[in-house]
Amino acid sequence: MFVFLLRRLVQAFVVMIIISVISFAIQNKLGDPVLQHVSMTVAPAERAQIRQDLGLNDNLVVQYWRFAKKAIHGDLGTSYYYKEPVLDVIFKKLPATFELAFCAIVMVAFIAIPCGILAAIKPKNIISRLVVALSTMGISIPIFIVAIFLVYIFSIQLHLAPSFGRGQTTDVFGLWESGLFSKDGLRHLMLPSISLAFALMPIFVRLIRAEMIEVLQSDYIRFAWSKGLNTRRIYFIHALKNTMLPVITVGGIQAGTLVAYTILTESIFQWPGMGFLFMDAVSRVDTPLISAYLIVVGGIFVVTNTVVDLIYGLVNPTVKLANHGL
Amino acid sequence: MNLLSVSNLNVNFHLKGQDLAALIDVSFTLNRGERVAIVGESGAGKSVLGFSIVNLIDKPGYIKSGSIKLDNKEITKMTRPQLQEVRGKRIAMIFQDPMMTLNPVLTIGAQLVEAIRSHTRISFKDAKNIAIEKLHSVQIASPEKRFHQYPHELSGGMRQRVIIATVLLLNPDIIIADEPTTALDVTIQAEIIQLLLDICRNNSMALLLISHDLGVVSRIAERTIVMYAGRVVEEGPTLEIINDPQHPYTQGLLNALPQMALPGQRLNQIVGSMPPLNERPTGCAFHPRCPYATDQCRQQQPGFINSGVSTVACFMVEDMLTDTNSDYDEEID
Repeated sequence: MFVFLLRRLVQAFVVMIIISVISFAIQNKLGDPVLQHVSMTVAPAERAQIRQDLGLNDNLVVQYWRFAKKAIHGDLGTSYYYKEPVLDVIFKKLPATFELAFCAIVMVAFIAIPCGILAAIKPKNIISRLVVALSTMGISIPIFIVAIFLVYIFSIQLHLAPSFGRGQTTDVFGLWESGLFSKDGLRHLMLPSISLAFALMPIFVRLIRAEMIEVLQSDYIRFAWSKGLNTRRIYFIHALKNTMLPVITVGGIQAGTLVAYTILTESIFQWPGMGFLFMDAVSRVDTPLISAYLIVVGGIFVVTNTVVDLIYGLVNPTVKLANHGL
Repeated sequence: MNLLSVSNLNVNFHLKGQDLAALIDVSFTLNRGERVAIVGESGAGKSVLGFSIVNLIDKPGYIKSGSIKLDNKEITKMTRPQLQEVRGKRIAMIFQDPMMTLNPVLTIGAQLVEAIRSHTRISFKDAKNIAIEKLHSVQIASPEKRFHQYPHELSGGMRQRVIIATVLLLNPDIIIADEPTTALDVTIQAEIIQLLLDICRNNSMALLLISHDLGVVSRIAERTIVMYAGRVVEEGPTLEIINDPQHPYTQGLLNALPQMALPGQRLNQIVGSMPPLNERPTGCAFHPRCPYATDQCRQQQPGFINSGVSTVACFMVEDMLTDTNSDYDEEID
């Protein structure tokens, strides 16, 4: 277990270095940083001086080294627009994105798993036929259309839920701005999290259904029947555990996709999270903020994938975490 | 009274809009403590027969007609809870591939204990004791350790022993073993066969052995049923059938054993192959491959007759018998 963790940490470190190189490299390609600092009227000589002071004339490797040394101490630069350290800016927006993703994941888990199982064990049931049809449709409808429909129906026509913003938030221990503890905050969460969940739901329903159907045809399930076990035990102990193994793996990868989809969802619902912040940063050419966002998102990816691998190892006894490959 | 009696069993498969017969008028009986083998090539319907006895045929398949009686109770008409009572407790099954038969994510212990506890109300601890005792009885070393292990930590032969232990947990009356040694290597095969034989003898359990391996069959079974293309073609005491096979198909199967070929010569084989479900020939299904086939064989299905050695469905045997019988008749008169 310890060795496994250590190996994963080394891997994560390497991945983070690569991400930082890439996000650093794009900084110089998103327009001239000097122009972001001073206006057009500044004389060329002064501009050259600023360029020199900012260290932009140095070798790229030297520049990266300077960037990396600061990055290790948690300093990824200062936002041009907010005039604040970029990490502070991002972490202020993190709770909003995190809560949105969390609600979507909970929704996916509580809807997709039962639906997938039902569609697999009762393929002729009307509900499971409906589920399969909807999931096929869902896969082919882009998320922004779903979101716009949701806004039109539930917000504009029915006035059931607000269509933008986070609403009222509560301060949790002074660290976290949460919308989960007030009615208004939850109402604001509804539409964005539903539309985000919509993006992932069909994939999971179909995956769980396909896996479950395959598992149910296996010899060990037939052997379980021949032992005279009851239906519930066979479906939920023998079949479900095997079904969930690939679902966990895909779930880990999809957690990354979720971050990507929050950008879309947050833009549509004006959700004050990281994705929305990133879109703003791009339009303002706030390069330090853009590269910091990439690094943070990369970090989230690495962490979720490591956690997923750990969970997988705990669920699947054939994976030996202890002495794998060593 | 017979422990198990199958009569005129017809099993069909719904495939691509067709209703294809996998088993046709299969009848046989099994007595308490008796060991019977069902032999035939792949596709003869042996496994389908084994699975239909506990109503576990694969989805497109269904029992079309006929009856399966266990102690005079009709299995084909049982409800799901009644079937669950029968499965494991009265009739238990051993499958072909021990690598695939145990659930990879559950411990050996969990899979043993659940089988006991789904039939009898006893504590986990008592169930565990029974499980360990049964693991011990199938000659598994350090059963307490194995109890907590997962299937992948055991070898193929060891897993088949665990499966046999599972089957023994509730002292069933009948064990159906579907090619129990096919997936194992030869030395382990011999051990497993001996184990099965001992278990059935010591506990007077009936065994229905499904196999294509006549070597295995001759060591275990008292009686043998030969199947071809969904029908029983010959049935009788194993020794007699092996010494004096009546049906040309049985003769072909025995000739195909590697021991029957002379060193340096090609192995004997039955020319052709088993017809698929949708291409079963008319008359006797074996006629395209039979060296003795006549026009009668091509048009009519032979009925069963007693040849003195076995019960057999073949016109050639029938003709030979009537010839000799008429000779006898004259002498007696």
